[in-house]
Amino acid sequence: MVDLVFTVSIIASGIRLSTPVIFAALGETIVERSGVVNLGIEGMMLMGAFGGFIGTFFTGSIFVGLLFAISGPIMMAILMAFLSVNLRTNQLVAGLAIWLLGTGLTALLYRLIFGVATISPKINEISPIGLPILSQIPVIGSILFSYDPIVYLAFLLVPLVHIFLFKTNLGLKIRTVGENPRQADASGVNVYRIRYLALIIGGALAGLGGSCFTLVSTGSFLENITAGQGWIALAMVIFGRWKPFYAVIGALIFGMVDSFQIGLQSIGTAIPTQFLLMLPYILPIIIMAGTYKRSYAPAALAVPYRRGER
Amino acid sequence: MTIKDISKTFFAKLAKFQKNTKTSVRDPDSLNVNVRNYAKNKDNGPIVFMKGITCRFGNLIANQNITFDLKKGEIHALLGENGAGKTTLTSLLYGLYQPESGEIYVKGQHAVIRSPSDAINLGIAMVHQHFLLTLAHSVTENIIVGLKSTKGIFLNLDKAEEKILQISKKYGLKIDPKSTVGNLSVGEQQRVEIIKGLYRDVDILILDEPTGMLTPMEEKALFEALRSMVNQGLSIIFITHKLREVMEVSNRITVLRGGNVVGIVKTSETSEDELARMMVGRTVSVNQISQGSISKTTPPTVLEIKNVSALGNSNVLFLKDIRLDLRKGEILGIAGVDGNGQNELAEVIAGLRKVKYGEISMDGRSIANLSPRQIRELGLSYVPEDCLHTGLILEYSIIENLVLDRWYTKPYSNKLFLNKTEMMKFADKIIADFEIKIIELNAPVSSMSGGNLQKIVLGRELSRDSKVLIVHNPTRGLDIGATEYIHKQLIKQKENGVGVLLLSLDLDEILTVSDRIGVIYEGKIIKIVEKQNTDIDQIGLLMGGKAIKT
Repeated sequence: MVDLVFTVSIIASGIRLSTPVIFAALGETIVERSGVVNLGIEGMMLMGAFGGFIGTFFTGSIFVGLLFAISGPIMMAILMAFLSVNLRTNQLVAGLAIWLLGTGLTALLYRLIFGVATISPKINEISPIGLPILSQIPVIGSILFSYDPIVYLAFLLVPLVHIFLFKTNLGLKIRTVGENPRQADASGVNVYRIRYLALIIGGALAGLGGSCFTLVSTGSFLENITAGQGWIALAMVIFGRWKPFYAVIGALIFGMVDSFQIGLQSIGTAIPTQFLLMLPYILPIIIMAGTYKRSYAPAALAVPYRRGER
Repeated sequence: MTIKDISKTFFAKLAKFQKNTKTSVRDPDSLNVNVRNYAKNKDNGPIVFMKGITCRFGNLIANQNITFDLKKGEIHALLGENGAGKTTLTSLLYGLYQPESGEIYVKGQHAVIRSPSDAINLGIAMVHQHFLLTLAHSVTENIIVGLKSTKGIFLNLDKAEEKILQISKKYGLKIDPKSTVGNLSVGEQQRVEIIKGLYRDVDILILDEPTGMLTPMEEKALFEALRSMVNQGLSIIFITHKLREVMEVSNRITVLRGGNVVGIVKTSETSEDELARMMVGRTVSVNQISQGSISKTTPPTVLEIKNVSALGNSNVLFLKDIRLDLRKGEILGIAGVDGNGQNELAEVIAGLRKVKYGEISMDGRSIANLSPRQIRELGLSYVPEDCLHTGLILEYSIIENLVLDRWYTKPYSNKLFLNKTEMMKFADKIIADFEIKIIELNAPVSSMSGGNLQKIVLGRELSRDSKVLIVHNPTRGLDIGATEYIHKQLIKQKENGVGVLLLSLDLDEILTVSDRIGVIYEGKIIKIVEKQNTDIDQIGLLMGGKAIKT
């Protein structure tokens, strides 16, 4: 019985831990499907975490917090779009710049606003909501079906993003722009507009992912609180072969391993904690090395588009 | 290589001919009659009428005062060499460029066409030489993307598929709407492009060099579909530089040269010879390169490929059990539809692709799985298909490109330093020998025209003391003059005792220069025959994988 509770709680916390990565990976899937690599995703998540915290801290409203959480990253996404779509700079360089901007800006703004405090300011986290009936199931119900609403939102988004990309007219346009922008252009699709749109959606989702750190798990903001999970999301898009459902599987694996190593730490093992902390980050590298295939990538990924060029 | 580059070299060359021949071709004055007729009866007038069109790119006049008309229900061929202005003229009609002066009338209405979507709204579609398709998507997705008429949020694939099948049936353009475009043959992909236009309810179709990569059988099917289209009221502009096609499929022909119209003729009233004269401005020897007498004793083999298999790009076995022997002093042409293993075969021999099973020997020495440099040093020259990327480094100068394969040897280098003077000397010699037109010795070669780039690669490869020469599509995209030149070079190599392996998609080229012809199909050499014992029909059947009827 104790084992069961332990296992279920690891799974439950794994699902919770994978939520930020799910949001960010879904967003990045849309962005990369349009032919843009957004390496700035980590910076955008940080901005989302910070925005969510600020918004909620000053208004007391989670809703305003969420609004703040997506607006900062959306502005960064527009900047990224301007750099990579209009100016056609190298997308990798532009993305790294966005990442550094997010890291630096959040740290700077946090100190400007709160100074160097010894006790970090806190907000009230979003409280879990039990799903009706399902949460009544003994043991499993109370752990598996009692999440914060934002966790449910992440899982709800997975099929929605899938339908968006593969069953709608706009989704077809995004995929065509990512595969063959010249064809898209010749067919009357505005390549620039589509890439802007994809980046904005990607930015908003990265922001939502980032807000999980402050609004759900800790209730406070720390420098670099996202701890590289934007990069994990990036890896999961590739692991997921640019498909939402597969990317989520990757994100869940990450969350589970993370939750497992936290569980191990809490019951105490002979393995040094540093190694345990490394685990969720090493795993994606191993998975990637085994599964990466260029042939699944959108054909025009990371290639700037210029009209009339061969 | 851009259109501009090609045309630039051409205009320089053709300016000379124009002066000499302007009076000898059919008088363009008859055009004025057309203009008058057109003014008289607007209803029965041409469906497209382009009057006094001039278009310039910088100093380059691509179209000069061109008048062109397309009647309803006809196939009108635009004939001319590369850079004659065919593609420019139709691009103006399709809204890709704007004319500097001149007027366009479509269906009796004066039209200003600013973009392809304007053209489509007027009922004009263009099938480009290089297809604009998304290989990873289905036929239907390719056809309906960006369509104005698809209202609503969700894709309605079923309805679209139905319409595609209707069009497919109506014109005899066989296609499966559900299949992924990347898995289709070139001929099928072309059908997708054509249907893409027809789906948008156009009645004027522009086809830019549509037969370039088709097998003879696919070509026949295309021509039949085109005839069925014009019979049902569509009108077609057919751009080509191939005389045989023009004679076979068109009703009327407008011949362009150097941006000018040199004649408008009815197909029934002309001949290939006359057209060739108009097109080039001088008499050309079509298919008449002299062949050396065939010796009775079989010369020794210089390249022997025994049961070679190799993986393709997607890591499945692609070359299967290739058996081939190349003799000293012969040209062995390998015909086949694009993507049947030509590239893989060339790469396996050159050491760029691993031999999985089997044995390759050059002049008696095994070369399987040696490094490319080792193989080249043993006597291989290789002119790859994709000269721009595999054969050259575009950012490097012509000198550097010419010594790419020998910079580390004497006299170009001692152990420590490069010898620029020797390199320069060598480059000067090649430039003179191969008549390469250069602007600046130290500028990156990326600014040079396609024909000249091809000559740099040829110059480097043919100046080696080699036993075997592999050439892959050496004349693709080149004009008649440059093609003739390259064919002569190949024959010269052969006469010097080199074994030449010519991989080409151009069946006419293979039939012109080869001594023996092999056919590659789905990664196998399915037949090698002496040239005298075969004809275009038999090779065509083999290319399509059909067994020979005996």
